[in-house]
Amino acid sequence: MSTLNEGAQFAGRRMPPLAYEPSIATVTDYLALMKPRVMSLVVFTALVTIMIAPGHIHPMIGFTALLCIAVGAGAAGALNMWYDADIDALMSRTSSRPIPRGRIAPGEALAFGIVLAVFAVAVLGLLVSWLAAVLLAFTIFSYVVVYTAWLKRWTPQNIVIGGTAGSLPPVIGWAATTGGVTVEPCLLFLIIFFWTPPHFWALSLVRVDDYARAGLPMLPVVAGVEETRRQILCYSLALVPIGATPWLFGYAHALYGLTALAAGALMVMFAWRVCKQREGERTNRAAHQLFAFSILYLFILFAVLLIDARVVG
Amino acid sequence: MEEKPQRIVLTEEQRRTRRARSIAIALALAALVILFYVVTLVKGPAVLNRPL
Repeated sequence: MSTLNEGAQFAGRRMPPLAYEPSIATVTDYLALMKPRVMSLVVFTALVTIMIAPGHIHPMIGFTALLCIAVGAGAAGALNMWYDADIDALMSRTSSRPIPRGRIAPGEALAFGIVLAVFAVAVLGLLVSWLAAVLLAFTIFSYVVVYTAWLKRWTPQNIVIGGTAGSLPPVIGWAATTGGVTVEPCLLFLIIFFWTPPHFWALSLVRVDDYARAGLPMLPVVAGVEETRRQILCYSLALVPIGATPWLFGYAHALYGLTALAAGALMVMFAWRVCKQREGERTNRAAHQLFAFSILYLFILFAVLLIDARVVG
Repeated sequence: MEEKPQRIVLTEEQRRTRRARSIAIALALAALVILFYVVTLVKGPAVLNRPL
């Protein structure tokens, strides 16, 4: 498979590098640029919120809102990969992304991200709700400018504050359905916000060498592995009551509340294991398990929230 | 004698991926047209009445 540095022929002869190289990017490369795995969690949390929000939304309008949120998330992912191409090339986890691999030129990724962002915000505003569109625009700005360009290379609190972007999709979904923002979506925002640090720091414990090589001030690189373990446990403990707030505030039934408490307890158990396992491969395994469970945790909470609202309620 | 203008000759891979990208863009634009058409039908005259 060729890269951007190969391939172009000029009147039948191999030519020196051109200012413009014909692209060899496939559709799959562009899809990878949109971070589909991150997008899937964003879409799921937004979908649940659209379905549980009070009032009626026509399925087609709901689908449009969800599509715009997905495309907006994809745009943010593409712009993130454009800006971070230099450090992505240095880390084993990200070196196979389309830009460092030479499949997509940085300028193409930038144009792709901007076009998607503009379309997603404009279509959401024109067809669904301008409040939701403004929130989506803020989400993209928050992820690309605040997190990627500013915080990520500057402070170990990057993913804490940067978690705002990933926490907003339920608020956008709520605004798309109801035309406003109330306490309920803010509680869902808080759940994802407090979920983000233990989720990402579990990954950063495994990839600490990668982050150090790239010069990123992730918490284990700057404050050490011990401090990271302690902070993971603190955030996991805080997540137990916060995860149950929709029930505690009377917006969900006991089914959701008890499930959230049980899932929160499991999250604390995995975080505790991360704190206690300190021998070689076991340390990485415990961090991997916490990372994997944290994804399941968020999925369970939102899935049960949907069941609680649509079946029990 | 006048020289023929030189032009870039795409490789087979470049031609194939360009075609795939063109089809993807065409499908995306068609989907957008259908989306606007269906939403206009769904909303009817209220299409211009959006909540802030």
